[in-house]
Amino acid sequence: MTEDNLHSIEEELNGAQIVLKALQEQSVQVLFGYPGGAVLPIYDQIFKQNYVKHILVRHEQGAVHAAEGYARSTGKVGVVLVTSGPGATNAVTGLTDALMDSVPLVCLTGQVPTHLIGNDAFQEADTVGITRPCTKHNYLVKDVNDLSRVLHEAFYVARSGRPGPVVVDLPKDVVMDKGAYTTAPRGINRQRHKTYNPVTIPDRKKIDVAVDLFLEAKKPLFYTGGGVINSGPKASKTLTKLVDETGFPITSTLMGLGSYPSSSENWLGMVGMHGTYEANMAMHDCDLMINIGARFDDRVTGNLKLFSPNSKKIHIDIDASSINKNVIVDLPILGDASVALDDILDSWFKKSKLKNRSNLDSWWKKISKWKSKDCLKFSQVDQVIKPQFAIKRLYELTKDMETFITTEVGQHQMWAAQFYRFDKPNRWMTSGGLGTMGYGLPAALGVQLGNPGGLVIDIAGEASILMNIQELSTIVQYRLPVKLFIVNNQYMGMVRQWQELLHGGRYSESYTDSLPDFVKLAEAYGMKGMRVEKAENVDEAIVEMISTKGPVILDVVVDQKENCFPMIPSGAGHNQMLLGPEDKSQQPVSEEGMVLV
Amino acid sequence: MSSNLYEGSIPPAIFHDNQVFSHTISVIVDNEAGVLARVVGLFSGRGYNIESLTVSEIDKNSQLSRINLVTSGTTQILEQIKAQLGRLVPVHNVIDLTSKGPSVSRELALVRVDVKDDLIDELFKISRIFTCKIVGLDKNSYVFEIIGKTARIDAFIELVSQIGSCEISRTGIVAISISRDS
Ligand SMILES: Cc1ncc(C[n+]2csc(CCOP(=O)(O)OP(=O)(O)O)c2C)c(N)n1
Repeated sequence: MTEDNLHSIEEELNGAQIVLKALQEQSVQVLFGYPGGAVLPIYDQIFKQNYVKHILVRHEQGAVHAAEGYARSTGKVGVVLVTSGPGATNAVTGLTDALMDSVPLVCLTGQVPTHLIGNDAFQEADTVGITRPCTKHNYLVKDVNDLSRVLHEAFYVARSGRPGPVVVDLPKDVVMDKGAYTTAPRGINRQRHKTYNPVTIPDRKKIDVAVDLFLEAKKPLFYTGGGVINSGPKASKTLTKLVDETGFPITSTLMGLGSYPSSSENWLGMVGMHGTYEANMAMHDCDLMINIGARFDDRVTGNLKLFSPNSKKIHIDIDASSINKNVIVDLPILGDASVALDDILDSWFKKSKLKNRSNLDSWWKKISKWKSKDCLKFSQVDQVIKPQFAIKRLYELTKDMETFITTEVGQHQMWAAQFYRFDKPNRWMTSGGLGTMGYGLPAALGVQLGNPGGLVIDIAGEASILMNIQELSTIVQYRLPVKLFIVNNQYMGMVRQWQELLHGGRYSESYTDSLPDFVKLAEAYGMKGMRVEKAENVDEAIVEMISTKGPVILDVVVDQKENCFPMIPSGAGHNQMLLGPEDKSQQPVSEEGMVLV
Repeated sequence: MSSNLYEGSIPPAIFHDNQVFSHTISVIVDNEAGVLARVVGLFSGRGYNIESLTVSEIDKNSQLSRINLVTSGTTQILEQIKAQLGRLVPVHNVIDLTSKGPSVSRELALVRVDVKDDLIDELFKISRIFTCKIVGLDKNSYVFEIIGKTARIDAFIELVSQIGSCEISRTGIVAISISRDS
């Protein structure tokens, strides 16, 4: 069968109609966008239909982050529509963010008519050129008869294999021309694309070898990442079962939080630069590391020369280019996490009956010794609110609700990862790979649209939230009851912390003067604003925030100089963590470490 | 310890080796707009070397192009390059001709040598040894066409550039494996 007769040709429509029809066929219910000259025909078509709900953001970066939040909390493809030129360039940060964090998106960009491309026409930008390195794939559609095929393919590419953002650039004449609509190939994910067919089924022999290693290991450790979450809720369920069956300890990356319930015994907390002591020490000391859907990112590994020197490493990933990229592994397994986990569990059941497994008692003893350091301890003594305390209380007061957390980037993000605990996947949306300040607010609105009944909270820093503060207007317009929990230290805290630790306490440009009054700001946008300044009032403020029906900004005024610990200083290994401020003088950061970001 | 741990994959010891190798890689791609930019952008964006690059359509009907490139790096880098190329959407196939067994590679160069009268005999002697054709001539300048492996062309250029000043135009490598299965 050829590619062509998989599609069935239907009727003649204009390009804009084709776009909307394709979106409907792809079950797109929400579209985040911002209009402009090049996309007016598409907006006209949006006006004439009721299936796809268009959310008018206030900046195209906001549209992309909102679509990311929507995608990550629902598992669906997020969809964006922006105009040519500045519309497209404004979307670039969001696209890069989605690429780094493997978020499935389709972003439609307007373009000047084909006959003007290359002429420096009004609002022309080389969108496919600009977005080539920050998308998984992109297309320029030059013929309306290719349009529906390309759109269906864009969705297929965005969600298949390692997910990512796809741009479809649409010249204005193409969306006005008439052409044929073809339906999506049937069994959308099952069909063979002519070139792009990621391997999903792992090599069973390798799975069996992996399970042999499981049985032999005396100090095993699961190290899981966002790949488990991207693989779907079933993967998280199977992972949980596998951890329970094997009794192995487990840690996750920032992106992987929630794929295994943090309330379980085997959970060691997050790994990496601001991960827990026990997780990092276990990474360093383990004899078998089982990486599922994580990518040995530098925030996780620390100094590669010192990284887990005595372990055999298994790496399961759907993206071949993630394997052996940063860390050389002993057993690479290419495939989808969910399928691989099923196979491993199956093999484990068979093999563990026949063969004795190693005793893990002394490993667990070691781990509980590390745990007893209580690396996340902090002291809330007087009335000055410690940021950790604020987030911990937020967790305690909302943990039994259907809570979704987004964050901005900085100290508050790391404290959120440490103190807010997740028992389910798709509940934690943060910008991990790119570290984009301004992500959390628009992401939260996207999450809320995907989960109308959920309690959606952006744990924010006061500097970050200003980067996309205009989206408050979107939140109010669509009556989204998003809660913005600003951990306000008046500093770009993470920058200030690095300046304290690495640059002699010279706080160059990391203090924000003339911050807005966030309470009045909230009110100006037509939402509720609150402020809390004393530790004793934190609980009642949180309760008031969550019991308010509409959107709220809660400005939590916290200790300005608190640092985020534990911390692996740049250039150090996992076993060289700083546990608190009293630790820092002992280990000056090496010159090699200073260069690192 | 399990014996077949590394079956079908490159053992870590080889990845840990820091020796740099030069590999010839062919990439079969859909001949669509921007595909070359994608491949080249991948190399520049990730800091890989391209020592030689040739591109041409090889199948009009199915609109396939073949990109031949010579790159160098450690085994880890070379494997990374192939994996990165392999996940580009319009890529059909990535063939590492250097590691896949016998292959042939050829390059064509046009070399114009501007030479003084007393050195003409010497120039012709060298061109005969290298069996290259004269494909153009003007007063005291000769354009030679030479086809062969890169090293042979390098050697020819090295010799004639000692005789007169040269202008050089080279195609870069085209390569193909000898047997159908490799
Ligand atoms: C767009 C962008 N610009 C700059 C940075 C660098 N950066 C990382 S954290 C940070 C400070 C964030 O401050 P704030 O939002 O107040 O959070 P805090 O660290 O105080 O919790 C900065 C400037 C970034 N991550 N993203």
